[in-house]
Amino acid sequence: MGFLDNLNDIAAKFKNAKDKAIDAANAPKALATGFAITFKHYAEQQTKIKPTETVQYPEEMREQFPRTRWRHVLTRYDNDLEKCIGCSLCAGACPARCIYVEAAENTDEKRFSPGERYAAKYEINMLRCIFCGYCQDACPTGAIVLRKDFELSDYNRDDFLYTKQMLLEPATLSATIPISTITVIDRTAEPAP
Amino acid sequence: MARSVTEISLHDSATPTPTFGPGGSPFVLAQMDELVNWARRNSLWPLTFGLACCAIEMMAAGGSRFDIARFGSEVFRASPRQADLMIVAGRVSTKMAPVLRQIYDQMPNPKWVIAMGACASSGGVYNNYAIVQGVDQIVPVDVYVPGCPPSPDALIYGILKLQDKIRNGNSGATIEFKELRNIFTRSESHPTAGAK
Repeated sequence: MGFLDNLNDIAAKFKNAKDKAIDAANAPKALATGFAITFKHYAEQQTKIKPTETVQYPEEMREQFPRTRWRHVLTRYDNDLEKCIGCSLCAGACPARCIYVEAAENTDEKRFSPGERYAAKYEINMLRCIFCGYCQDACPTGAIVLRKDFELSDYNRDDFLYTKQMLLEPATLSATIPISTITVIDRTAEPAP
Repeated sequence: MARSVTEISLHDSATPTPTFGPGGSPFVLAQMDELVNWARRNSLWPLTFGLACCAIEMMAAGGSRFDIARFGSEVFRASPRQADLMIVAGRVSTKMAPVLRQIYDQMPNPKWVIAMGACASSGGVYNNYAIVQGVDQIVPVDVYVPGCPPSPDALIYGILKLQDKIRNGNSGATIEFKELRNIFTRSESHPTAGAK
C-alpha cells in the first residue's frame, strides 16, 4: 500500500505543477484585463468623456444650491444707506441667541439708515450660529441676508465674533467713502497660524 | 548643500507660543523639521469621532464626491493609537467629555483637534447643563469649523487650514515634552520658563 501512496503523491505533485504552469501562462492576460479597466477609466477622465465625480474643491468650487445659507451680510440700499434699523428682531428670532444688536438714533448730520434708528453695534457669534436663516426671515427691511461664502474656519475663538464692520456690505458710491478706507482682503495670502 | 536653520517645536498647541525664534521652540535642527511637517500635514489620519449629525457630513467628506483622500486624510481610524487628527463631529455631552479626553490622551503625538460644527465649537443651540459649551474646555482645539452642520467643503477648508498651520511650524500637541521644554527653555519671555 505504501508504494501506491507514493505513486499518488507523485501524481498529485505533477498535477500541482501543471496547474501552476497554466496559472503562470494566464497571468499576463489577467493583468492586462485588470489594467485595461484602470486605463479605460483614466482615459475617460482625461478626455472628459466621463469626467470624475469628485469636486476638485480648493481649485474649483461646486455650485451651491440656490437656498444655501452661509455667511451673513448686512446689506445696503442703492444710495448706500444701511438697511438695518437696529430693531433687534433678528436677535429675538435667533434660536442660538448669537446675535447682539445695540441701536442708536440717527441724526441729520450723521445718518446711517433711512429710519429713526440704526445699529450702532451688530455682532454675531459665528461659532454659536446654526445658519437657520430665522434672522433673515424676521428682518423687516431685508437687511441681513445669508450668502454662500462657507470658508469660515479659523484658529481662535475670538476671531469668530463678527462685528458690524465685518458683516456690513461695502459701500458702492466712492463719493461718500474715500477709496483709502476700503480694505481688500487678500484670500491668496498665507494665513497666520 | 545649503543649510538653513529651523527649529522643531516642542510645545502643545494649547499653550501660547513663546517668542523664541521662528516657530518658537528651544530646539535647533536643520531642514528636517520642514520635511517632517510636510509628511505630517499630508497624512493626517482622522479618528472616527462622530457624535451627531456632523458625522454624516464628515462621512460625506470621505466619500467619492469630496474625497479627502486627495489630502491624505481618507484613513478614518477606529483606534486612537493610529490617528493623528481628532475631528470632534457633534455635540459633546458632559457624560461623553471624560471619554473624549481619554481617547485624546490615547492618541500618539503629534496630534491635532478640529472642532467641527457649532455644537462642538461652542455648544450651539444647546446652551444647557448637559452639553459641554465648546470642546476646547477639555482638549486643545486647533481649528474651529462653524456651521450646522458644516458642508463637506467647509470641513475640507478646515483641514486645509490645519495643514497651513502645520506648514507654519505647529507640530501639534506634544504633552510629554512639557518637562523637556522647561529644561531647555531659558527665555524670560516664555510664560512657563523655570516653572516645573
